[in-house]
Amino acid sequence: MFVYIARRLLHAIPTIFGIALIIFVLFNLVGGDPTLQMLGKHANAKQITELRHEYGFDQPMYVQFFEYLKQILTFDFGRSYATKQPITQMIMNGIGPSLTLAIPAFFFTTVLSVSIGLLVAYYRGRWIDRLMVIMCVFGMSLSSLAYILFGQYFLAYKLGWFPIAGFETEWPDRFAYVAMPIIIWVVLSLGHDVRFYRTALLEEINQDYVRTARAKGLGESKVLFVHVLKNGMVPILTNVVIEIPMLILGSFLLEGFFGIPGLGGMTLDAIHNSDFPVIKAMTTVEALLYIFGNLATDVLYSLVDPRVSLK
Amino acid sequence: MESVNKNEKLLEVKGLRTSFFTEGGEVKAVDDVNFNVYRGKTLGIVGESGCGKSVTSLSIMRLIPNPPGRTVGGEILYKGRDLLKLSDSEMRKIRGDEISMIFQEPMTSLNPVFTVGNQIMEAVMLHQNLSRKDARNKAIEQLQLVGIPSPEKRVDDYPHQLSGGMRQRVMIAMALSCHPQILIADEPTTALDVTIQAQILDLLRHLQEKFGMALILITHDLGVIAEMADEVAVMYAGRVVEQARVGEIFANPKMPYTRGLLNSIPVLTKDPTGKVKKKRLETIPGIVPNMLELPVGCRFQERCTYVIDACKEREPDLRVIAQDPILPHSIRCGRDI
Repeated sequence: MFVYIARRLLHAIPTIFGIALIIFVLFNLVGGDPTLQMLGKHANAKQITELRHEYGFDQPMYVQFFEYLKQILTFDFGRSYATKQPITQMIMNGIGPSLTLAIPAFFFTTVLSVSIGLLVAYYRGRWIDRLMVIMCVFGMSLSSLAYILFGQYFLAYKLGWFPIAGFETEWPDRFAYVAMPIIIWVVLSLGHDVRFYRTALLEEINQDYVRTARAKGLGESKVLFVHVLKNGMVPILTNVVIEIPMLILGSFLLEGFFGIPGLGGMTLDAIHNSDFPVIKAMTTVEALLYIFGNLATDVLYSLVDPRVSLK
Repeated sequence: MESVNKNEKLLEVKGLRTSFFTEGGEVKAVDDVNFNVYRGKTLGIVGESGCGKSVTSLSIMRLIPNPPGRTVGGEILYKGRDLLKLSDSEMRKIRGDEISMIFQEPMTSLNPVFTVGNQIMEAVMLHQNLSRKDARNKAIEQLQLVGIPSPEKRVDDYPHQLSGGMRQRVMIAMALSCHPQILIADEPTTALDVTIQAQILDLLRHLQEKFGMALILITHDLGVIAEMADEVAVMYAGRVVEQARVGEIFANPKMPYTRGLLNSIPVLTKDPTGKVKKKRLETIPGIVPNMLELPVGCRFQERCTYVIDACKEREPDLRVIAQDPILPHSIRCGRDI
């Protein structure tokens, strides 16, 4: 397996190079001149030339690309245009708040949606299954903004159960601020996930081996949580593992609305401010995490399904 | 060793009715079926696809998927207790312990993500309270019993690493791991190569003698019946249409459907010069009736060459035509042919 992982990591090198090339082309050739935006409408030619020189935009393209590759390798993406802080430092600062929100939200979403998916697959066609499907479709049809506004207005403002927005670095106060965003995250994800797991597990629940397990005299909970669930792990992993590295990036929407100083909010701000180096850094990090997530998924497949062998 | 009373009724199925409730209406897949299973003996249930033989066996195990299916009537008396009246947990204690079942599809009946040893261990740990270590030894012992070579290695194999015949052996090892009183084998050899079929049947017969268990053998293959069964029930469209001891059925088939089945077995004979005579294979004309639109009268009338008007008016009852101390020969046919 280690040979497999090593080879996949080697394969990742040309992939990363390709990604870097695309990102570079998008930002440096298609994206326009960031100095014009930074200096505003009334900039004179001298200011522009000076700023272009300061950021190295007057260098030949291949030098700039080489510089970008060096940034990826050293994980040093320079400084933000807007805050002038080192971007690596900003990312490190943002990971904590992002994960405070994302990890519990992700955990509860997965446990709840797999359990409910299993339950409704088991009761397929009965009232509980139909009710759940209707609720899922309803949940998916509502805009996420509706949940956020409902939470902030009714639960936080009217009932006072949660703070409306904000963040606290200290534990355990931090939980008070992330509680409502976590709930909203879970509710937002359930509709899609429950339906996905229901379909995946329905496929398994009608298999012959399930009948064999029952014929052995096993109870329903063992049949479902041991026999069906382990077979359902492949689709579940497909849906889940790829998301895990992405959790670091946080949620644009929730962090933005609830004022959580994580990476999602940071990226959103960077987009608003045309803070190119930050956007570029985050895009690159996301691509790297995606490659890593794919690799992790493939490795985990081989752990849950003996028919998958990594060569 | 307790003496095996060959005439002891282990299982009595009385008036069993199992229906599937579909959008088109109620499908009476098993409609008033009666038979007995005796200790140490083999009951063969034979019939075409869709005649209700598998549904009968799943009804005994109470494994009919509900919805859409449900056993709506009758009694299944196992040692005098009605299985249909047991609670779910009482039934689970019987399943896999006293009554076991093996299925037609060895390729899909084993769970692909657990080792075969694990799957056998699960049954013995459940019913016999063995520790993991003892259960593992028991699993190896069982694999040896069903003739799997180097069982101490195979025990850690996954189903996909074994051939179809080996998987069916694993299924048998699993089903017999708790020494059941009754083994239900639902088309155990249908999905296997002919040479493997014979091996599996030999194995079943050998194990049946060894443990003195009763066997309910479900098949569409009369060759298998002739080789294995003591008593035979022929099923058609949810009904038992002929029932007798095996010799009687083959020597003296009375129901036109049974005759049709017997005639549709290929027979190779040699003429005096030693050349193989090729006889054209007979078939039963037509197809099984739509279970939602059964005809008035005998269910076999549309395919029967002996049909008379009376057959289309009233469905004949199962009637005894020859006495026998164990199983009288009875047929569901109004005609004497």
